[in-house]
Amino acid sequence: MVLAGIGSLTLMDDRSVTEDVLQSNFLIPPDEAYYSGRSLDELCCESLKDFNPMVRVSVEKGDLSQFDGEFFDKFDAVVLSCCSLKTKKAINEKCRRRPRRVAFYAIECRDSCGEIFVDLQKYTYIQVMSSYVAPCLDYILDCYKHGCLDTSDASKKSDGTAECQLNYPSLEEAISIAWRDLPRKVSKVYFAMRVIERFELSEGRNPGETSISDLPLILKMRKELCDAQSLGESYIPTSLLERILAAGGKEHPPVCAILGGVLGQEVIKAISGKGDPLKNFFYFDTADGKGIIEDMSNSSTS
Amino acid sequence: MASGSQLEAIKIDMDTIEVSNLNRQFLFRQSHVGQSKAKVARDAVLKFRPHINITPCHANIKDPEFDVEFFKKFNVVLNGLDNLDARRHVNRLCLAAEVPLVESGTTGFLGQVTVHVKGKTECYECQPKPTPKTYPVCTITSTPSKFVHCIVWAKDLLFAKLFGDKNQENDLNVRSSDGTNSTNHTEDVFERRTDEDPEQYACKIYDHVFGYNIEVALTNEETWKSRNKPRPLYVRDVLPDNLIQQNGSLENSVTEESVVSSMSSLGLKNPQDIWSLSENSKIFLEALRLFIERRQKDIGNLTFDKDDQLAVEFVTAAANIRASSFGIPLHSLFEAKGIAGNIVHAVATTNAIIAGLIVIEAIKILQGDFENLRMTYCLEHPSRKMLLMPVQPFEANKSCYVCSETPLLLEINTRTSKLRDFVEKIVKNKLGMHSPLIMHGSTLIFEAGDGLEEDVVANYALILDKALAELPAPVTSGTVLTVEDLHQEFSCNINIKHREEFDEEKEPDGMVLAGWIAPTQKDARIVSNGESTSAAHPAVTEMVEKSDDVEIAREKPGTKRKLSEMSEMIDHVHDIKPCSSHDVGDQVHPQEVEDNDDDDDIVILDENPETRKKKRLQ
Repeated sequence: MVLAGIGSLTLMDDRSVTEDVLQSNFLIPPDEAYYSGRSLDELCCESLKDFNPMVRVSVEKGDLSQFDGEFFDKFDAVVLSCCSLKTKKAINEKCRRRPRRVAFYAIECRDSCGEIFVDLQKYTYIQVMSSYVAPCLDYILDCYKHGCLDTSDASKKSDGTAECQLNYPSLEEAISIAWRDLPRKVSKVYFAMRVIERFELSEGRNPGETSISDLPLILKMRKELCDAQSLGESYIPTSLLERILAAGGKEHPPVCAILGGVLGQEVIKAISGKGDPLKNFFYFDTADGKGIIEDMSNSSTS
Repeated sequence: MASGSQLEAIKIDMDTIEVSNLNRQFLFRQSHVGQSKAKVARDAVLKFRPHINITPCHANIKDPEFDVEFFKKFNVVLNGLDNLDARRHVNRLCLAAEVPLVESGTTGFLGQVTVHVKGKTECYECQPKPTPKTYPVCTITSTPSKFVHCIVWAKDLLFAKLFGDKNQENDLNVRSSDGTNSTNHTEDVFERRTDEDPEQYACKIYDHVFGYNIEVALTNEETWKSRNKPRPLYVRDVLPDNLIQQNGSLENSVTEESVVSSMSSLGLKNPQDIWSLSENSKIFLEALRLFIERRQKDIGNLTFDKDDQLAVEFVTAAANIRASSFGIPLHSLFEAKGIAGNIVHAVATTNAIIAGLIVIEAIKILQGDFENLRMTYCLEHPSRKMLLMPVQPFEANKSCYVCSETPLLLEINTRTSKLRDFVEKIVKNKLGMHSPLIMHGSTLIFEAGDGLEEDVVANYALILDKALAELPAPVTSGTVLTVEDLHQEFSCNINIKHREEFDEEKEPDGMVLAGWIAPTQKDARIVSNGESTSAAHPAVTEMVEKSDDVEIAREKPGTKRKLSEMSEMIDHVHDIKPCSSHDVGDQVHPQEVEDNDDDDDIVILDENPETRKKKRLQ
């Protein structure tokens, strides 16, 4: 995002440097004398400033969940990572209540898989529909499904662009959809993340504060959730849960690059109002190598 | 990738850092401009991985020091190249050294990572790579319909005629309906007399190419029966108050600058602006004047260089004026430069994704996990919900002349084609060999490369001009030639078949190389959480580059870039700048053909219709 030349970037992360962080964050030189006593946001800020002198990179201190709604008016987009479900929901709600849209993104990278959530509320954007573009059949069908490909010529302009509108559900709405009502063959990572989320919530753990010894409790949580949703437990592979638990807070650097690349591109699209935005979840898992977009929105909200 | 403690790596890069790299090559800073990429990258990585072992090499990967023995030292090779020629070269060396190769490329928002392991998967050359896009000569000289046609005209015809080698043949002057060449009209309009005022000369050229030549073309009624007619443009109409005529103050304001530019002398500062016809015309005249007055010594030996500001300005203006004449939308200098310079979008986020995917495959190779290797395609728009599409690598193509040693067939007129043509067009260009040996049976016909003695080279130079059938060991129909490149450790047999005639438009080279059979029925499997199902379906086509590689369908000796270099596959990170987002026409992504059983996690991929369309154009 900084390389692309956004106006400004504000970082908030009061955690200290750990071994896990040094393994996957190349913005921080592994020099204890240098980083000792400084929080991650300060350290990353210093490095990021170097990437593009035209971008204002700064740090904000404090507890984000305590900030008033007005704080978010300064921003076009908010990206959360390593936050609890409670925090994610609260910030998402605050963003949605602002008079001017604040785009909301949440990203989680666990072991060698990850999830991105996008909430652009009611989003209108320019779509390039020039005759040069040969969209694949699915893409066109997706557009019709979302009601954003207007068959009337009214929204089409002479320069081959068209105006599209999408409606995004909030995080709360999205994850409240009954599992049986979700589209077929949704990525398993979605469910695994929900189980772990619930687990961390009920055990009062920080995000990523898990280990393989938590497996029995996790499997219990899985059973609870699956029963409540009338789904078989095997729907959420044990091996996937094991991987994520064992990794704890570790992030696999190439997966960070992949998720980060996708997320960075999404933020730039939203800020510029150009380009088809992702709706509304993205998953990547090294195990199968797929990068999947899942549209999980109730028909009432979409 | 730099997190393994025992890792030893060598980074080879012949480039130096340029300002335009900084928007995505984040290991570099402004202060590094001009320095070696390999060295600066290594230093930057050491900052966050102090104990890693990386050796930088500021060198060309095609240098002889990087031979098979060199490649054998490695467990894996990761390519980040920006041209087809180098990729083929490395492919052959990796095959000879039996080292797995991870190939990759990006073009705008598209990208892909492929893995090549000898004996297990295809090599990089098993699937045909698109050849450079060429346009029929008449489209360029008479009936342009796209902006790129105007660029090719401006760059390869007009610019070449005005500033290039005078002895080069040039199709610039249109034939009128009565068959006479339009230069019969004036003695050679393009020759400037030494006493001819540069501004007047510029106006004369303008009127000739945009006015007179168009009028001549219009006399051929047949051409315009079902096409929009172009309109002739003359300076007196487009610039009625031609400020250049009122010189004096304008000229004096141009100070002695290191970079001569018509934009700055006209005060048109923003390269992203789309200039009007009159602005383009002013730029045209001013740029031409500046070439004459300030760069006289260059005139007569210039070829278009995208880094030559004045040349880019001139070509932009000329292309735009022609476009205006033909009713084609105009483009900004920024966009025109991208098209003329074959520049392709490089998007930092796409590069990040591809880089991550490269590392994932590299780690598998280093861990010996060959069963789980995959190819991954990064799309701009999702297909079956997928933005990143994994595909199981294909088996080697049994007809691949590179990894399977199948002979090729060459149809050529052995009586008229010279050995030189064979060497340049087939051996070097199509087969990608740099230091070839050509054998006819056990007779060595020809050699090229470093390390040959002068008299040997001189002898070979003599026979290059001989027709194939007139060589000491005559090459005729039925002859089998063996062509080898010792550096690449690559050898292949070519069966020669004599043919008298070749179609000038469709077979401009006067020879046809065949015998390489495209893979047809292939199993492609998307690896999916342990399940594996298969379905027969057509092969995945390599994603085609987005940029329009343009070259008139005629060989031009002495052009700076070889044909093979111009046929860029998806470019990787190097010196590439954004180009027009309009010409997304060549965006290709694997397209779904069949909808199988919903329970399968398979995407069936087929050649994109766009690719087929493009093939027809060639």
